[in-house]
Amino acid sequence: MGTKKVTDETFEADVLKNDKPVLVDYWAEWCGPCKMVAPVLEAIAEEHGDKLDIVKLNVDENPLVTQKYNILNIPTLGVFKNGEVVKELVGARSKSALLRELADFI
Amino acid sequence: MSAIHDVIVIGSGPAGYTAALYAARAQLKPLVFEGSVTAGGALMNTTEVENFPGFSSGIQGPDLMDAMRKQAERFGADLRAEDVTEVDLKADPKRVISEGETYLARAVIIATGSRYRELGIPGEKRLSGHGVSWCATCDGFFFRQQEIAVVGGGDSAMEEALFLTRFASTVTVIHRRDQLRASKIMQERAFANPKIKFRWNSEVAEVLGDTKITGLRLRDTVTGELSDLAVGGVFVAIGHDPRSELFTGQLDTDSEGYLLVEQPSTRTAIPGVFASGDVVDHTYRQAVTAAGTGCAAALDAERYLAGGMNPRDMY
Repeated sequence: MGTKKVTDETFEADVLKNDKPVLVDYWAEWCGPCKMVAPVLEAIAEEHGDKLDIVKLNVDENPLVTQKYNILNIPTLGVFKNGEVVKELVGARSKSALLRELADFI
Repeated sequence: MSAIHDVIVIGSGPAGYTAALYAARAQLKPLVFEGSVTAGGALMNTTEVENFPGFSSGIQGPDLMDAMRKQAERFGADLRAEDVTEVDLKADPKRVISEGETYLARAVIIATGSRYRELGIPGEKRLSGHGVSWCATCDGFFFRQQEIAVVGGGDSAMEEALFLTRFASTVTVIHRRDQLRASKIMQERAFANPKIKFRWNSEVAEVLGDTKITGLRLRDTVTGELSDLAVGGVFVAIGHDPRSELFTGQLDTDSEGYLLVEQPSTRTAIPGVFASGDVVDHTYRQAVTAAGTGCAAALDAERYLAGGMNPRDMY
């Protein structure tokens, strides 16, 4: 299972009302570190998709969610559980560092 | 455990990719650990690079890195977007551990570069992601029509400030001294930009704000007086620290953590271990100088593998 695209419209259904914990990758086309972390997230989604959904939200195209959660840096990785933000990681990280940070969810 | 490689390169960026290119063309089939999110190095976060020779109208940092990467790959470099977690450079052959696998090599070229420096003040960590940033090209977009600040007085600080004027209504450069360290051309551009203001002799004492940045508390470096500056965002560009922790206890560093080499060669104190780029260089720190020392490291490694001689005696 890979990552999934979410939008302002689908955020509620795909993230807030999701039974599983969800990691939201806030990203944009023009962001270098976002491109670097993308393959790492794909790999984690492949390996741990049974426990954690990983979704991508383009901040250029989805201003509502971006503003609602005060996202001012990208990449930001927000973990949602039962509709609440339970963890937030700012900036790209290596796969091993990310797995450590996400240990509670996978 | 696998076969013994001739050369392992740790790190990417201009130094790592150039070392890989030269080693690959010398038929050494280098194995390159680029890093999982740091692949391409510091230039991946920049925009236009105007001073890399050969690109008369400039090139985007990420495009330049992509081209260097492909060039190394074309000649047979084995590139892996993985992180090295441990090394034993004194062992024979040398051991490099990545994602739990141990790799062996006769020679190791280090090109791990540097990372941005943090301010280390109250509020910085807490508001990181909510107004405190280290990457103008990533985050400038969020600060349209806002008053923001850039901390630092070097070329990177001026580059960030100039870039941010595309979005912000004003950019205040906060610098500890009364003059900039930046190159003449960058200073002139910054001074000429009507959106850029300067706060001289000032350092940031605290980042203010609850869930989102609201301002900065500044300290006058001459009088010690405190004052608050309202900003919607702050970009930190106060320099870099070498990424040399991986080699602690094995390779000597200077007091700031930069790896020591027998200049003008790239030899470290351990035979067969070479270091290049920003993890060594605290003086020039340019893409072209990093590429230059990456080339030197590959040539040094090649000579070492050919006969184990001191490269200095061979040219």
